[in-house]
Parts: sequence; C-alpha cells; structure tokens
Amino acid sequence: MSRGIAEVVTVVVAGVVAFPLYWMVLTALKPESEVVSTDPRPWTLVPTLDSFVRALTVQSFGRYLVNSLVVAGAVVVLSLFVSFLAATALTRFRFRSRTTLLVMLLVVQMVPVEALTIPLFFVMRSVRDVAPAFGLNHLGSLVLVHLAFSLPFAIWMLRGFVAAVPVELEEAATLDGASRFRFLWQVLFPLVAPGLVATSVLSFIHAWNDFLFAKTFIISAAENQTLPLALQVFIKPDQNDWGAIMAGSTLMTIPVLVFFVLVQRRLVAGLAGAVK
Amino acid sequence: MTAAVEKGDGRAALAYLAPALLLLVGLLGYPIYQLVLISLFDYGQEQVSGGAPLTFLGLGNYATLLRDARFWSVLGQTVGFAAVCVVGTLLVGASLAVLATRVRAWARTTLFLAALGAWATPAVAGSTIWLFLFDANFGFVNEVLGTTGFSWTYDRWTAFGLVAAQVVWCSFPFVMVTLYAGIKAIPGEVLEAAALDGASTARTATSVILPLLRPLLIVVTIQSVIWDFKVFTQIYIMTNGGGIAGRNLVLNVYAYQQAFAASEYGLGAAIGVVTTLILLLVTVGYLRALRRSGEVL
Repeated sequence: MSRGIAEVVTVVVAGVVAFPLYWMVLTALKPESEVVSTDPRPWTLVPTLDSFVRALTVQSFGRYLVNSLVVAGAVVVLSLFVSFLAATALTRFRFRSRTTLLVMLLVVQMVPVEALTIPLFFVMRSVRDVAPAFGLNHLGSLVLVHLAFSLPFAIWMLRGFVAAVPVELEEAATLDGASRFRFLWQVLFPLVAPGLVATSVLSFIHAWNDFLFAKTFIISAAENQTLPLALQVFIKPDQNDWGAIMAGSTLMTIPVLVFFVLVQRRLVAGLAGAVK
Repeated sequence: MTAAVEKGDGRAALAYLAPALLLLVGLLGYPIYQLVLISLFDYGQEQVSGGAPLTFLGLGNYATLLRDARFWSVLGQTVGFAAVCVVGTLLVGASLAVLATRVRAWARTTLFLAALGAWATPAVAGSTIWLFLFDANFGFVNEVLGTTGFSWTYDRWTAFGLVAAQVVWCSFPFVMVTLYAGIKAIPGEVLEAAALDGASTARTATSVILPLLRPLLIVVTIQSVIWDFKVFTQIYIMTNGGGIAGRNLVLNVYAYQQAFAASEYGLGAAIGVVTTLILLLVTVGYLRALRRSGEVL
C-alpha cells in the first residue's frame, strides 16, 4: 500500500472514529426542530445554546454537575494524600510484609468491582447508621468506594516516582535538621508532583465516569445524584429530549477530554512502563 | 540494616500505610468476604429488612443457578459477546497501529486525536450518543441507510451488535496506542538485519515483529478480556437494563437485576462470585501461558 493511499485511509478512519463526537456536539447546538427531524442533516445553519440552557436549568442538571465535581474532587484530593503516604512507606521503608503488600496491591486490581456492588450496598447501609454523610443516598458513599478502587493503581503508579527521588536528598534534608514529616511534604511531595498529576487524573476520570455505584447507592435522594445518572433523567419512554441529552453528554465529556490531552504522553509512558 | 532501624521503620511504615490499608480492607477486602457469605444464604427482601430470619443454603444458590437454563444462556451470551468485542477491539486496534506506522506525522496525529476523543468519552455519554445515532426515527444511520423507523435495539442480535460496536469504538484506542508504541520500540537494526537476510515483508511481520510484540499482545488481550467480560454501563443503558424480556443480559447486569430488581441478593451474589472466578481463571491461565512461553511480564 502506498503512503498516499494509507494516508487517505487513515483520515477516513479518523473521521469515522470522531463522527459520534461530532454528532454529539452538533446535536447539542441544533435548534430543537432540527434535532427531532426525521431527515437529520450533518450540519446546522442556526446554532443555538438552547439545549445547554435546558440541560443546565431543567431537572437541576447543574446540581448534578456540582455533585459530580464534588465527588471526583474529593476522591482526587484524598487519594493523593493516602496514596502518597502509602507509596512512600512502600519505597522508603524496609519492613517484613512489604513484598506481600505489593503483590496484594497487584492482585486487588484484578477484582471485578461490579461484582462487589451487592456487598458494598450493604456496607453503605450500615455506614449510614453510624456516619450518615458516608452512607447510602449521600455523596460520601461514592467518595469512599471510588477512593478505595483508585488506591491500588495510584499507589502502584506513584511508587515509581517516589523511588526515582535519590536517597541522598533525604539524607541531606535530615542533616539540615528537617524532620521526616517536613522532608515528606516540603521536599518529596513537590518532587513527585508529575506522578501525582497523572494518578490524580486517572482517579478523577474513574469517579467522574461512574454509573453503577451512583445508580446503586443514591436510591431515593435525587438531589444527591451525579451526572451520569442525570443524563437518564432526559430519557423518557416516548419523548427523549435528545438536544438536552447531547448537551449533557458534551458537558460530561469535555473535562475528561481535556485531562486526557493534558496527560496523554505521561499516560502512554505509564502504560508502557506498566507493561515492561 | 540493624534490627532497631527495621523496627522503627516498621512502625513508621504502618502509620503511613494505615489510611490506605483501612480503606482497602474495609471497602475491598471485607466486601469480597461478604459477597461469598451472602451467596451462601437465602437473602431476599424480607431478610434485608429484618422481617425474616436468614436461612443458610450452603451451595444452594449455586445449585439453583446450575439448574437454571436462563443462567446458562446468559453465561453463553456473556462469553460470546466478550469474545466478539475482544476480537473486534484487537483487530481494529492492531491494524490501525500498523497503519499509523506507515503514514506521515500529520495523518497519524489526526487519527490519534480522534481515537483520544473516543477513548476519553465516558461510557454513559458514549452509550447515549450511539443510541441517538442509531435511533429509529431521528438517527443519522437510519437516514443514511434509508431504513428510517428500523429499531436497532429491538432485535436481540442487532442490539448486541450495536453495543459491541460501541465497546470496540471506545476500547480500540488503548490497543492501538500500546501496540503502536511497541512497534516503534523495535530497534531499526533488527528490521535492517531481517531485510539484509532477504526476508519478505510478510516474513518480517510474522517472524520478527510478531514475536517481539507478543508480550504486549498478550497484555492487551488480557486487558480486553477482563474489560469486555464485565461490561455493564453500555449494556444497561443501550438495551435499557438488559433488553426486551432480558434478551441482552450479560452476567454482570443479570447479577445486578437479580439483586436489586428481583431482591434475590443471595442469587445475585452467587452470580457475582461465578463472574469473579471466571475472571480469575482467565488471568491465571494467561499468566501460566506467559510463563510457559518464557516471557517475563
């Protein structure tokens, strides 16, 4: 195959792959009459933000957006600290069960989290009786599960970044009179920042995309629902508001897309590293 | 290292690890134990609300499943659906990775950007977009094919096909990017040496490139199998909870429906255990195959 033909094929394939996303944005920008036309056109001459306005105002979609941000944000911040501490312990300290713990972290990543929906539902039901904010129908329950699910990978990934910081730095800091705690937060933490960013993005996406646990845990408190579930609000048996659904999908996809583009290189390097 | 240092290290390590361990044991370890436990009981709505005592069934739920024709058909569907998705993902991902090595940077960047978009789309958003593209009345696909009014989600096989296409769409980029990186990492000298020895393009591909890529191929295959075997969101959204009369159920959705729709938590948990065991077997099998062929992961 000559390079010219290969390039034509590549561009056509790229077009096909990108088409659903183009259609999503296009539909979100079309006026309602064009959306529900039985003769859909792949362009629009009168773009409007009506669908976005409808999505954000009707059915408290804006509220769901904020909920999703709160959950994903909390997961990122908490998993950052917890995985940083754990990764430091696993790389900087020597103790007996270290290897066992590392192997466990790998094994745990194989567990199909979907299968854990049933027991976790009961766990969250009991948590509700002790700490309501972390139990069923509250955003805290979602924060907790996504935190737990993102930790094994985050710790595993951060380990490499922590290990790359030379031990001499720690010795120098200790000689200068820095406490272990100070070294940790003022020296080590900034040095592993690139790794923290990469793992944070993955934790964010994980929590942001979740459908199953939001569906299972937030049963009766609609005001605590997250974005993926809110999209379902617009799906009705006979009359779907496709314009609003596509506007909502666009709003939901943009943050992930931005993050993906930002960490793309690091992500690929991380994948290649994990494979080696 | 002296014993004293090690002891101090151990205590500090425990303090640093405590939050992570607490979360992992509480929200992964304990639920795994609970899943197995629940699967051994007759656990329905009355038991949940405390209105009826728990009855220990032992392996009773599993026996019920094994006798249930529905379970076997869902299991078969799950395996078939996952197989189609895995093969599709690998074929598309691998051929596009090869294609990407043959074109100039601008074309490659175009393809990778499109793939990045598909990869980044959340499953819920991706599912709804595809549903709309294939909508019976307002869908662009029916308009192009001239089949306006045709419902893709009504028939069992077109519904499965539609979901599979969506799954391939959002998961081939991972395979493509990984394999592309793998092909680029093959040293030029190796390919030159093959050319000097008079190897044809086909021979180079099968005898040089493929063996070198094998570890990567195995990894992306395992990933795809594990991923496609437990697809939940796409099936749930695109077939509205498992299709008309449950024709499009896969194990995960079946377990979910048994537990939360039919309030048969024990039975649902048993299906969850079976899914987990199958995935574990797949993983272990692949790891052994890896070791037998002398690959180091």
